[in-house]
Amino acid sequence: MLTRSEQGSLILYFAGRAVTAREGDSVAAALLAAGIQVFRTTAISGAPRGPFCMMGACFECLAEVDGRSGVPTCLTPARNGMRIEPRDGARGI
Amino acid sequence: MTVDLVIVGAGPAGVSAAIEATERGLSVVVMDENPASGGRFRQALETRGARDADDEEGLEILRAFGACGATAHHGASVWAIEPDGSVYFSHNGAVRMVRGQRVLLATGAAERPLPIPGWTLPGVMTVGAAQIALKTSGLVPDGATWIAGQGPLLLLYAVQALRAGGRLAGVLDLSDRRQRWKAVRHLPLASRGIGELRKGVRWRREIARAGIPWLPASDLRAEGDGALRRIVFQTGGRSRTEPATLLLLHDGVVPSLQLTRALGCDHRWDTAQQCWHPASNEWGQTSVPHVFVAGDGGGIIGAKAATLAGRLTALGIAHDLGRIDRATRDSAAAPSRRAQARHLAIRPLLDTLYAHRPVSLSDETLVCRCEEVTAGHIRHAAALGCLGLNQLKAFTRCGMGPCQGRMCGTTAAEVLAAARGVATELIEPLRTRFPTKPLTVGELAGLD
Repeated sequence: MLTRSEQGSLILYFAGRAVTAREGDSVAAALLAAGIQVFRTTAISGAPRGPFCMMGACFECLAEVDGRSGVPTCLTPARNGMRIEPRDGARGI
Repeated sequence: MTVDLVIVGAGPAGVSAAIEATERGLSVVVMDENPASGGRFRQALETRGARDADDEEGLEILRAFGACGATAHHGASVWAIEPDGSVYFSHNGAVRMVRGQRVLLATGAAERPLPIPGWTLPGVMTVGAAQIALKTSGLVPDGATWIAGQGPLLLLYAVQALRAGGRLAGVLDLSDRRQRWKAVRHLPLASRGIGELRKGVRWRREIARAGIPWLPASDLRAEGDGALRRIVFQTGGRSRTEPATLLLLHDGVVPSLQLTRALGCDHRWDTAQQCWHPASNEWGQTSVPHVFVAGDGGGIIGAKAATLAGRLTALGIAHDLGRIDRATRDSAAAPSRRAQARHLAIRPLLDTLYAHRPVSLSDETLVCRCEEVTAGHIRHAAALGCLGLNQLKAFTRCGMGPCQGRMCGTTAAEVLAAARGVATELIEPLRTRFPTKPLTVGELAGLD
């Protein structure tokens, strides 16, 4: 796991769970720091996935952020009060 | 809005190109996906602060960039470029367009995917990903972390992580050790960059002194239910299983080609680096009029050479736009060319030492992470007559997910080539199309 001793003062919510973040964190980095490895499950097999490249190339860390879907969390700066919802499986029609 | 030059990417090449171009009187707009300039090499450097001479130099360059008069858009994601130089990008949820009389693509490199069984498990990431987490967020690996693969970045990250208080369970060296003998003949040239060579040796020693096991290994796989729990590999002629919650993979870097591909630039196969790069002249000019490349996006040269390439390309563009004459361009370029030759001296050694080994994947190993296409699916498609990557999309959907082939393109080409019994460079590469980044209909509709 990736860890750090110094916690941040920002609060984000991942699936309703409060996690702290530091100024300068991406959303993905803040979630990883909180020990969250699974960000979503795939539309095809339902397999769990988490961040892989952290630079906007692999699209594994996509999540719903403040109501916007399909947001690459590794490129999204963490802001206080952000609500992140994991995207599980295929979307309904 | 029309400017003289639009630069995509604020890494070493893009930043120094902006400085040089503005010095030559060009109006410049720079855009980058990240919240700050610097690229991977100098990521978050302004917030981290300098730790050594390289950092000091980097900070100076970033300060010069901030003061050079170029307009910088951070958090801006470029998704289309038209032949007339119109660059479309998303910024803070809105879509914007800037037209450049010339466009410089300084999009850098991405890690070459290193597929192993289980590499999609949460807890398996790339070394570069961990380095970004370290640089931007101060995240360090705990003791249940293994690093596997090969290349200078692997060494550098291990050292940076240890210095930052991180712990590692071990390093699995997946390089072909026979390459060492082949690399020897490049030593005399590489000794021109003796400082870089010494650095590599120092890093290796630092890792050894920290008591981190360094194991030559092969046949690595990641296992776990729901997330990574252990790794299994061959070392010293036997199979070994180790607990792990984080596995960091690395197999060198390759140019990021989404934009040059989508623009239809000519590309060449680089035998030494086993990858494609856009064809360009000595000033970075591609086969598409008005489009230039600089830095690792034009072929892997490293951050320091990329810094100089940015300056050289900006001079070429200033001349192309008629702002400086040929003699001015050439005399201004001479010192940078000499310095660049010194930085490039180590490349043949590195390219040989850490030569990419063509993949030999088990049928069940995933190649396309987005569409969950395995090596077996690709071999089956080849048996049915599939010839290249664009046909492979129709056969398997490989390369059709949100990453648009970034994670599978190089591997799928190798699997297909091996199945067909032809060289990788004979496999037709993915025909990338705009938009090169996902775009919402709402964003598109908001375009003026």
